[in-house]
Amino acid sequence: MPSLLIRGGRIVDPSQSLDATGDVLIRDGRVVAIGAAAVSESDAAGADEVIDAEGMIITPGLVDMHVHLREPGREEDETIETGAAAAIAGGFTSVACIPNTEPPIDTQGAVEFIHQKAARADACNVFVVACVSRDRAGKELAEIGQLVEAGAVAFTDDGSPVYDAELMRRAFEYCRMFDKPILAHEEVLELSHGGVMHEGLVSLALGLPGMPAAAEEVMIGRDIALAEVTGGRLHVMHLSTAGGVALVRRAKAQGIAVTAEATPHHFTLTDECLRQFDSNYKMSPPLRTAADVEAILDGLVDGTIDCIATDHAPHAIEKKMLELDRAPFGILGLETAVGLSITRLIVPGRLDWPRLVDAMSTLPSRILGIDRGTLAVGAVGDVTIIDPNLTWEVDASTFRSKSVNSPFHGWQLTGRAVATIVGGRVKFRLHEAAAAS
Amino acid sequence: MPPAPLLERKRQHPMTASDHAFAEVPQSWTHRHLLDLERLSADDITLLLDTAAAFKQATNGCRTKLSALAGSTVVNLFFESSTRTKTSFALAARRLGADVVDFSAAGSSLSKGESFIDTAKNLEAMGVDAVVVRHQTPGTPHLLTEHLGVGVINAGDGPHEHPTQGLLDIFSIREQLGSLEGLTVGLVGDIAHSRTARSNLWGLTKLGAKVILCGPPTLVSQRWQELGVEVSHDLDTILPRCHVLNLLRIQFERQNTPPFPSVREYAHLYAMDKRRLRRARSDLVILAPGPINRGVEVTADVADCPQSLILNQVTNGLAVRMAALWLTCGPRAGEPTPSSQPAGASA
Ligand SMILES: [Zn+2]
Ligand SMILES: [Zn+2]
Repeated sequence: MPSLLIRGGRIVDPSQSLDATGDVLIRDGRVVAIGAAAVSESDAAGADEVIDAEGMIITPGLVDMHVHLREPGREEDETIETGAAAAIAGGFTSVACIPNTEPPIDTQGAVEFIHQKAARADACNVFVVACVSRDRAGKELAEIGQLVEAGAVAFTDDGSPVYDAELMRRAFEYCRMFDKPILAHEEVLELSHGGVMHEGLVSLALGLPGMPAAAEEVMIGRDIALAEVTGGRLHVMHLSTAGGVALVRRAKAQGIAVTAEATPHHFTLTDECLRQFDSNYKMSPPLRTAADVEAILDGLVDGTIDCIATDHAPHAIEKKMLELDRAPFGILGLETAVGLSITRLIVPGRLDWPRLVDAMSTLPSRILGIDRGTLAVGAVGDVTIIDPNLTWEVDASTFRSKSVNSPFHGWQLTGRAVATIVGGRVKFRLHEAAAAS
Repeated sequence: MPPAPLLERKRQHPMTASDHAFAEVPQSWTHRHLLDLERLSADDITLLLDTAAAFKQATNGCRTKLSALAGSTVVNLFFESSTRTKTSFALAARRLGADVVDFSAAGSSLSKGESFIDTAKNLEAMGVDAVVVRHQTPGTPHLLTEHLGVGVINAGDGPHEHPTQGLLDIFSIREQLGSLEGLTVGLVGDIAHSRTARSNLWGLTKLGAKVILCGPPTLVSQRWQELGVEVSHDLDTILPRCHVLNLLRIQFERQNTPPFPSVREYAHLYAMDKRRLRRARSDLVILAPGPINRGVEVTADVADCPQSLILNQVTNGLAVRMAALWLTCGPRAGEPTPSSQPAGASA
């Protein structure tokens, strides 16, 4: 099998506390040497392919643990093939796909379907998150043991909360047996239903029905209590409020097994954006206030929020470009996440590179229990090479995703993935892609 | 398919003396659309009110016709039924010499799943000059402006704004009391779901009036105070301070969960009745812009008390809507007038 040498970049691998200029050699799909002067002259000379990474950041392949690939059932929005193509173009070597498809991913057969389609797409790794409840109906548990055997890495009813508190309790208890986390969409529906944006001063002025922060925080509180009582693992998805950050921080201090993610849009945009009445700003949970954005940033800095996930939620343009109350919730994430994270977190000095790579690779891998997020010798050769200084303009018309519902179209960002390597094979190179288009 | 007369753009009217007064939109008016009062300046609002007053005078109380918009076509695009507002806009447009096309969502291609943007684009392709839009969703008129090249007037977008209703209320107050400066105006009732309340709030405060929002906390958020507005849940205490009360209809159809235990309890706390009227200033002006629920916002004895209550504002509504139509689609200096354009051309 061919070998690949990545030369002379800044290697940032928090899994082994490594932050140094050096080389990475991958052979037969595995890392065989890493670090300064770790690759011998003869090995270097014998490499089949060499990437010069001078001035670049070399990281363990990025992992997005919250992606809606829409297949099966809503192929007009996204398919596994187009979603995986978007992932590698955005620098992600792995995604975890959320099971709110039609039908939902709640059987072994459905998990196998995803694996098969992903293998055929042959782009990034696709890990399957399966339903907590049968048919995602919130009534009874899905066959969690069977799903684990088929390869499911975590469980969620995302799109909806697990509404029945007793069912959630059972799910926590049952998942302990497999050491799998429950990824929770936290929302008390009675408080948010009919809402299209954050409930606050802006919604008051615009007369738009609001989704109060309390709708998210009440459910986070419930699930923390249930995780504590059961010893189960709670992962809070798309944390968006200051109160939610405080709840997770306190639970972690108490030793409860809770982790959390935040999305680039929640640490970048606020509810003021809704003044444009553009449905590209409509997502659930909604964009919150500037104070919430600050709290999310603080949570990322102090580690209360473990990781960054995109909640990539494609919608075909004819379905999204409607009046605000008729448009569905959701925003694209895969192709803008790296640029937004660098622009919002690294450039202003909020996070350093090891922490960002931790949040985008090492920690999501650890939460999902997958053998990724590290470039230790022997690890799978998934690598992302990032140009930290490249400035570029987001152009939705160049997205690999099948949809274009991104409010970041036209934004100037700093930092972008220039090469995405999956299992030692170069799956995406920015300059080739640019030359081809 | 467009009816034939729609495509036939020109009918020349003889200009009268009053027409010459409205030959050109003043250059101080810089807006293409009338979407909300929140983003207008005090000068903009005053210009709208002054223009309405001039139209009211020039048309003998909105009874005679002008030709200020002769050759123009105005579309009433109503996605939500409203006989009063639609008729008022249609009459106002005709008083200005414009042609009016009614387009109601019911029975149109909209029910077959066409998006409102497609509908509006089709109308634009027919060569219209202004679109008056009523829609149940906030922001829809704003979205239309991004897709259409013609003037858009918001005739009510859900609970967001209803600028001509707000202007009409303010116009009536100004007519009655002279100036807005220093007045205290109580907006009472379902503030949460009232576009009229929002338009009144912005317009009144910009013109120097003090606004008090009054109703139960479930309909009047405390957070309005953060925008510098007084909030009260006790009508009896604020009543003696008010020069004007605007009674807003409870929109039972927009509530998920009832915002108060019973109509009886609401009326007990907030209905304007004879007993309350005695606590108020003797020159209190009461406006009731919506189709009110008698016995809820106001009791029958007060509703029929003619000296204080302004129920029907047909004439002022016409004057304000003439002003809105003319300012948004009237001829401007340096721009070709509709009558000088070739047939079928659009902006
Ligand atoms: Zn969710
Ligand atoms: Zn999601």
